[in-house]
Amino acid sequence: MSLLDITGLNRHFPIRNVWGRRTGWLRALDGVSLSIAKGEILGIVGESGCGKSTLGKTISGIHPPSSGSVRFEGHEIATLSPSAGRAVRRNLQYCYQDPGASLDPRWKIGTSLEEPLIVHTDMSRADRQARVHETLRAVNLPERHLDLYPHEISGGQQRRVGLARILMLRPSLIILDEPTSGLDVSVQAVVLNLLLELRARFDLTYLFISHDLSVVRLFSQRIAVMYLGRVVELGPTEQVFAAPAHPYTKSLLSAVPIIGGRRIVDSFALEGEPPSPGAIPTGCRFRTRCPHATPLCASEDPPDRPLTDGRLVACHHADSIA
Amino acid sequence: MVDLLSVTDLTVGFATENGTARVLDHVSFAMRPGEIMGLVGESGCGKTTLARAILGVLPNNAAIASGSISFAQTDLLGRDTAAIRGRDITFIPQDPFGSFSPLFSVGDQIGELMRWKSPDRAPGDTGYTRTRRRADAARIQAALAAVQLPDIERLLRKYPHELSGGQRQRVMVAMALLPEPKLVIADEPTTALDVTIQAQILKLLRQLATERGASVLFTTHDLGTAWEICDRVTVMYAGQEAETAPVADFFARPRHPYTAALLDSLPTQGAALLGIPGDVPSPFAPPPGCRFHPRCPRATDLCRASHNETAEPAPGHFVRCHHPNEWPIQDGGPAS
Repeated sequence: MSLLDITGLNRHFPIRNVWGRRTGWLRALDGVSLSIAKGEILGIVGESGCGKSTLGKTISGIHPPSSGSVRFEGHEIATLSPSAGRAVRRNLQYCYQDPGASLDPRWKIGTSLEEPLIVHTDMSRADRQARVHETLRAVNLPERHLDLYPHEISGGQQRRVGLARILMLRPSLIILDEPTSGLDVSVQAVVLNLLLELRARFDLTYLFISHDLSVVRLFSQRIAVMYLGRVVELGPTEQVFAAPAHPYTKSLLSAVPIIGGRRIVDSFALEGEPPSPGAIPTGCRFRTRCPHATPLCASEDPPDRPLTDGRLVACHHADSIA
Repeated sequence: MVDLLSVTDLTVGFATENGTARVLDHVSFAMRPGEIMGLVGESGCGKTTLARAILGVLPNNAAIASGSISFAQTDLLGRDTAAIRGRDITFIPQDPFGSFSPLFSVGDQIGELMRWKSPDRAPGDTGYTRTRRRADAARIQAALAAVQLPDIERLLRKYPHELSGGQRQRVMVAMALLPEPKLVIADEPTTALDVTIQAQILKLLRQLATERGASVLFTTHDLGTAWEICDRVTVMYAGQEAETAPVADFFARPRHPYTAALLDSLPTQGAALLGIPGDVPSPFAPPPGCRFHPRCPRATDLCRASHNETAEPAPGHFVRCHHPNEWPIQDGGPAS
């Protein structure tokens, strides 16, 4: 059974002119459907503005969805009231790009770690302390850090404390929003390894949002490629990388430098930039940049079509252009 | 071939409340005309300071303690470089939005650049004649067309906030090449861009630099980008150059343990992801001996005690290490 099921999720923001009158809709999420199995790592990739962060924030309830359903552990959570949603979301945590930056500078680390337990549980003081210690050890920090303030430890250690705080309630699903962007590769490797370790230890499921395709390839079992608010290709990571079926996935993958491989500066072909999500083209949203576009693509939005290997691809011509 | 740019023994310190931070420590490297040279390294390694020292735009609290920078056979240090800057040496910033004025149209800003930095302008010329203006207008059209910007007339009337990040960076590339410079310094020019836009900008930069015979000093923290565009690569660590090699050699046969560790940190299919334990040393109190020894798997007493000089174990391949990797290695796998 899947842990999280999203069906037809929409998140539309109104575009207003200077007089506050609505002049259109920005369709940040436009009919997203996907599911995550327990224990899985699902990668969400796409360029800036494709809606991948909005997806994470909508699932975790930071943005309410315009329509569609989000089922988490069997409960519909998209339409819950904020207070009812809070109880469900104990098990669903959202991890910002730098979890260390959200620590309160005036609180000792021990206090920061204990707080979620006080708010959400009725555990005894001794139990809370035991869990604080256990979690701190899990992120490889010494116990003496409990009495320090965030500014007394390094940025990398703050990041670990931030992760520990997210783990305090023992969530089942963590949404990781660009957890390694802005990091140097040597640090990135350490963070990714820690995330894998924690997943094994606490039985976690990750929704991994990243623009870095090589990290996603290494880290996730399945990936969803988003373009202008829609998932255009969804399938097992290795199959998508080995033989991308959607023309957009193809161009995106061909833009990633491969050290020792063919230089993309000699071969890269995709031109132009994505249109604004406030003015999504009719029919297939990728047709304005697609080398294979036909009149059919301009008139009809392609449905999600299953390929023989179980992948879903939103393209009219996925079979003929392979 | 005579070097276009050579930096010798450059040491730069920043005066701060906590003492002097030595951000560049006896850095030496040279660039030949027409080549694209990559300057890679992690945050804080000094690559941006090096780029700024060459441009002559170091912050006020920075002081050059020793060394020399020579460009086209003239010494750049200790003289006013205003005539060279923006003309013979141009700059592409990481964040193009921060480098445009929000109050003037793109056309006004390119026009202002050409008024002072056009290749036609004679030194000391303060006017802007109609002939020069016309010649420059044609140049601007051609340059913007060369970076594949559509509808140039409209674009020139737009303000920077009306352009997308990719378009702004294209305009920056065009502006950097308009004065017909000998050297373009590009400081992480594609870091803020998506991969597909990055690929387009890298392609343009490489094409245009090659066509116009400009050299490019390209700083980046992304090794993949360095592989894409560079002819040679220098990797910096804690204010020193650790290794310099032609691009193919650099990635296939790294000799410095730091380079090898960086390459092992890249997410690659079918290989364990290894980070580098420990932290980059503080520029206030760098470790004695080799800068990398506290994090190096191969460190010996020699590394802890004595400063290492740069050696050239293979032609064109420079490495600053007491125990570099030897290539080719007889036993098969890499020695690290």
